Amino acid sequence: MNKKSINSVNKEFKNIHKFYPLSIRPDRLKNYLYVIIRAVLIIGICYIIIFPLLVKLSSALMSLTDFYDQTVMWIPRNPNLNNFTRAFRDMEYPVAFVNSLLLASLVGFLQMISCTVVGYGLARFKFRGQSIIFAAVILTLVIPPQMIMIPLYLNFRYFTFFGLLPGEGINLLNSFWPFVFTSLTAVGMKNGLFIYIMRQFFRNMPRQLEEAAYIDGASPITAFLRVMLPGAIPALVIVFLFSFVWQWNDYFYTNIFMSGNTVLPMTLASLRRIIEGPQTTAVINAGSLMFVAPLLLLYALLQRYFVESINRTGLVG
Amino acid sequence: MKRPGIFKFTLKQKINIYGYLFTLPFIIGFIFFFLYPVIQSIVFSFSRLIITREGYRLEFIAWQNYNFALFINPEYIRTLGETVGGMINNVVAITIFSLFAAVLLNQQFRGRMLARAIFFLPVIMGSGVVLMMEQGNYSMQLLRESQAASGIFSRDILAGLLMQIRLPQGMLVYVIDILFNITRIINRSAIQILIFLAGLQSIPPSLYEAARVEGATGWESFWKITFPLLSPLILTNVVYTVVDFFTSPENQLVQLIRREAFGGAGYGVSTAMSFIYFITVSLILIIVISLISRTVFYQD
Repeated sequence: MNKKSINSVNKEFKNIHKFYPLSIRPDRLKNYLYVIIRAVLIIGICYIIIFPLLVKLSSALMSLTDFYDQTVMWIPRNPNLNNFTRAFRDMEYPVAFVNSLLLASLVGFLQMISCTVVGYGLARFKFRGQSIIFAAVILTLVIPPQMIMIPLYLNFRYFTFFGLLPGEGINLLNSFWPFVFTSLTAVGMKNGLFIYIMRQFFRNMPRQLEEAAYIDGASPITAFLRVMLPGAIPALVIVFLFSFVWQWNDYFYTNIFMSGNTVLPMTLASLRRIIEGPQTTAVINAGSLMFVAPLLLLYALLQRYFVESINRTGLVG
Repeated sequence: MKRPGIFKFTLKQKINIYGYLFTLPFIIGFIFFFLYPVIQSIVFSFSRLIITREGYRLEFIAWQNYNFALFINPEYIRTLGETVGGMINNVVAITIFSLFAAVLLNQQFRGRMLARAIFFLPVIMGSGVVLMMEQGNYSMQLLRESQAASGIFSRDILAGLLMQIRLPQGMLVYVIDILFNITRIINRSAIQILIFLAGLQSIPPSLYEAARVEGATGWESFWKITFPLLSPLILTNVVYTVVDFFTSPENQLVQLIRREAFGGAGYGVSTAMSFIYFITVSLILIIVISLISRTVFYQD
């Protein structure tokens, strides 16, 4: 490019500055437009996600008259907590809440331990049949639980430790035992995913850590417990949280194993049968809100862990 | 270090033993709580289950259950087709949407943390019982309808607008279908967005800088840098979405299978149905994986 053309370009630039005040230069304008479009998109999507919560909240606060009032759309004219108290009573909320909390914590804790151990075994030891076991892990993810629902139900209904106990077996349904067994052996809900997460996480940890421990005379088990486990705490927290949340929300397994118990998913579902009349949906909405409230609280406190989960576990890298 | 005793192993044997030791919980669980039930359900699918006072009894009836599911039951084949069709639609829409959303959320803007938190909210709320209670919840549906009708961008108006643009027939139907299901698509793509987001953050910024120095536009650097580097994750996400869709309890076919099991044609037919379903989906997965993995680009 010769000097002349450079000069002309410079001149043009200066002209642009002359004609447009600093804030509405064309390139800036384009930028602003983009920012606005992006903001509209993001706010719109967020609105769609939050919308059900808002609908639930507004209809749960409505009294019967508001429900029939055509002019009431969003904000109830006579807000009251009747629906909440009714849902609270009919869901047997205190008992069900404690039971659910116990169940979800227990399941989360057991799955966290078992999936970590299995994930470590798959990540660090090259043994015969390793790839078969890993394939089995993936298979448990891919096969829909509906397929083994009935045999599982029957196995726990007439539980004989697979023929080891004599007689017709014990009825383990309506107790925590089915969940304990499946969680302890890392075949509970979505456990394949957790094993995969832990495996990826341990694979990304430096091997030198364990080698140093081995040189100091540690056995693989002490190396795992003392050296690897403390470093894996972020991943452990993530597995626990996901497991807790999925167990809390789960209706499928809870319905099979604990259909006669006072746990939140069952009592929430039973609202549909118990409550009659025009208030049904409002009470159900109040119940749903009370159902997700603990999770929302947990999420608000530990949001960072959820959002950064996949980054932290190195699932992608 | 010498250890007296009968147990003396080479290093390789030791590694083998520890490998089995660590994976033992899963091996036990897989055999007893997974493989055994799967085999049982294969047996069930070939027999009639009779509940007796002592437990249950099986009567072998060969292919009758499969025959019933495929040729006699009027709903099954139709629902299977619809479910598979819906799955393909959903997977395409969810993958595109989650890639788009991840690119949006990866940019710098005020309130990014809050937006990410909200985008991920469906994992907490959009599954399980709460979603189940929304189905057939009359007030939710009414409110949704009224919202949709009162807004400027009501669905019908948008659909009408789309009719005016002369899109090809098939594409038009697809776009309108997505438009009507946008809520569901957004609610189902939370995990996929997270996966893409993590992938985006692992792309070195120096690549973009180099591209900008060479004069690439944002559009070009998306297709030449972002897209190829994310392609392994596209595969991951497609597989995740297929599996998620096909095991989700809101799925029509899963509901049909459930209905048949409890109070319909019986356990045998229900397991036969789930087997056919599983085989269909496995075939689709294999085809999809082999198609996509041909075009996937690996950095190393």
